[in-house]
Amino acid sequence: MKPVTVSELTFAIKSLLEPAFRSVAVQGEISNFKLQSSGHLYFSLKDPNSQISCALFKGSASKLAQMPKEGDQVIAIGELSLYAPRGQYQLIVRELQFQGMGELLLKFEKLKETLRQRGWFDRPKKPLPKLPKRIGVITSPTGAVIQDILHILTRRFAGFHVILNPVKVQGEGAAGEIAQAIYDFNKYDLADVLIVGRGGGSIEDLWAFNEEIVAKALFESKIPTISAVGHETDVTIADWVADVRAPTPSAAAEIAIAEKANLIKFLSQTSQLSTHRVQEQIRQSRFRLTALQKHPLLSSPYTLLSLPIQKLDDMQTDLQTSLQMRLDAYRTRLGANFKRLETLNPASQTAQFKQRLNTYPSRLKSAAEAALRQKKEQLRAIKEHLHSLNPKNVLKKGYSILFSEKDHSIILSTKEIQTGEKFTALLSDGQLFATADTMDSYDTRNSLF
Amino acid sequence: MTQETLSFEKAFERLEQILEKMNGGKTPLEESLKLFEEAEQLIRACNGRLQTAEKKIETLIKTRSGELALDPDQKPKTQPFSCPYT
Repeated sequence: MKPVTVSELTFAIKSLLEPAFRSVAVQGEISNFKLQSSGHLYFSLKDPNSQISCALFKGSASKLAQMPKEGDQVIAIGELSLYAPRGQYQLIVRELQFQGMGELLLKFEKLKETLRQRGWFDRPKKPLPKLPKRIGVITSPTGAVIQDILHILTRRFAGFHVILNPVKVQGEGAAGEIAQAIYDFNKYDLADVLIVGRGGGSIEDLWAFNEEIVAKALFESKIPTISAVGHETDVTIADWVADVRAPTPSAAAEIAIAEKANLIKFLSQTSQLSTHRVQEQIRQSRFRLTALQKHPLLSSPYTLLSLPIQKLDDMQTDLQTSLQMRLDAYRTRLGANFKRLETLNPASQTAQFKQRLNTYPSRLKSAAEAALRQKKEQLRAIKEHLHSLNPKNVLKKGYSILFSEKDHSIILSTKEIQTGEKFTALLSDGQLFATADTMDSYDTRNSLF
Repeated sequence: MTQETLSFEKAFERLEQILEKMNGGKTPLEESLKLFEEAEQLIRACNGRLQTAEKKIETLIKTRSGELALDPDQKPKTQPFSCPYT
């Protein structure tokens, strides 16, 4: 045989032992009780023939109703554990129920085991209705449960429908009434979900919810059930069988309407989200629009249009200029043609003639006058000439004219007079009567004159 | 599932679709506004149905022997319940 190490063996034992006793309730008497300074409790449970080491750690010890002492009759609930360093198995106690409750606890554990084996705890749980219209409540009409439930529902919703089946929740006959109420709700189809519960109390107070008759009614209910018994630490058979275990009556109400509350919350969130999304999108669009508006292309229409506008202006100017030019040309040509036409117009020709005709008298007059003036001038010049030629004027200069007395002719040459002949000399201021005494004729060529 | 819860479910499905679309950020503004309007209508309708239930608190009436008191139609009788503490 191949040897194994101590650790190997210990581990093998641990692996076999621990899963087999994961949850046990052991009845016995406390001995060797020790409270360590760490807060953990160590003791043994014994009966006349055996004993077992127990450890109750600080966390569980704080939940104890009272501190155990030597000789206490208790039921210890916990799991078996192997402590390898010492090679000891011990019970790790989670809960300690004291004397007097021992019988009930035992019954509880026995029924729990029985029902577990029947599969009542592990059956598929019925889903709670999402929107229960009628909430059936099975509890005392004077207890805290109905009050808590109504308080929660009123706080959450304006409208709801609660049907209370008033029952005794403790003492003689309580379990029967509770079970009957569950059957009645089913029989008359009075609710969409059931809350079964009562407030906190001792194990005796809660006992009705540990009765098989109640467990059976819950198990057989077609209406989904929510158990709400005692405080969170109190666990009853009803809690195991019900479809949902609520830690408190208020929680039961919350659970029953959870979906409705969720839906309303979803609606409000959806409203907020969609509003937010749309607002955000509008904000972004506005932002983009503003950005676009600030873009030079859009901020001033001239940016986009300046070129065409200028071009248009230029074209307009060009057009006007060319039109003007053509117009001017036409106007000039028209003017010329008009003038030509004017000249060709017979009326205007006669007018011209008339005009010319009109000028003739004055022209004639001025021509005549000019001729007259010229003649006058000529005359004046001749006169002056004549004047200078007047013999009398010559006579004043010492000349004299000789006249023959015989014929009064002017004696121009010596040949015209005879010696001794008489003649008259005309002087500027009278006559001299003389006689030619001698004569001497000059050769004309040698003449002084 | 009743007709009412069915249409209810559809309304919520549609709302989820709308949210998904709007959150996608790819819907044009105009479509978003339409979706938003549709969502608001659905929300109003659903809220109306969820919140307008009448407040009714009843208690079943029991006979001396502890059985439910029934009316002539063999239906359990009820009476208004007022909580003794509130």
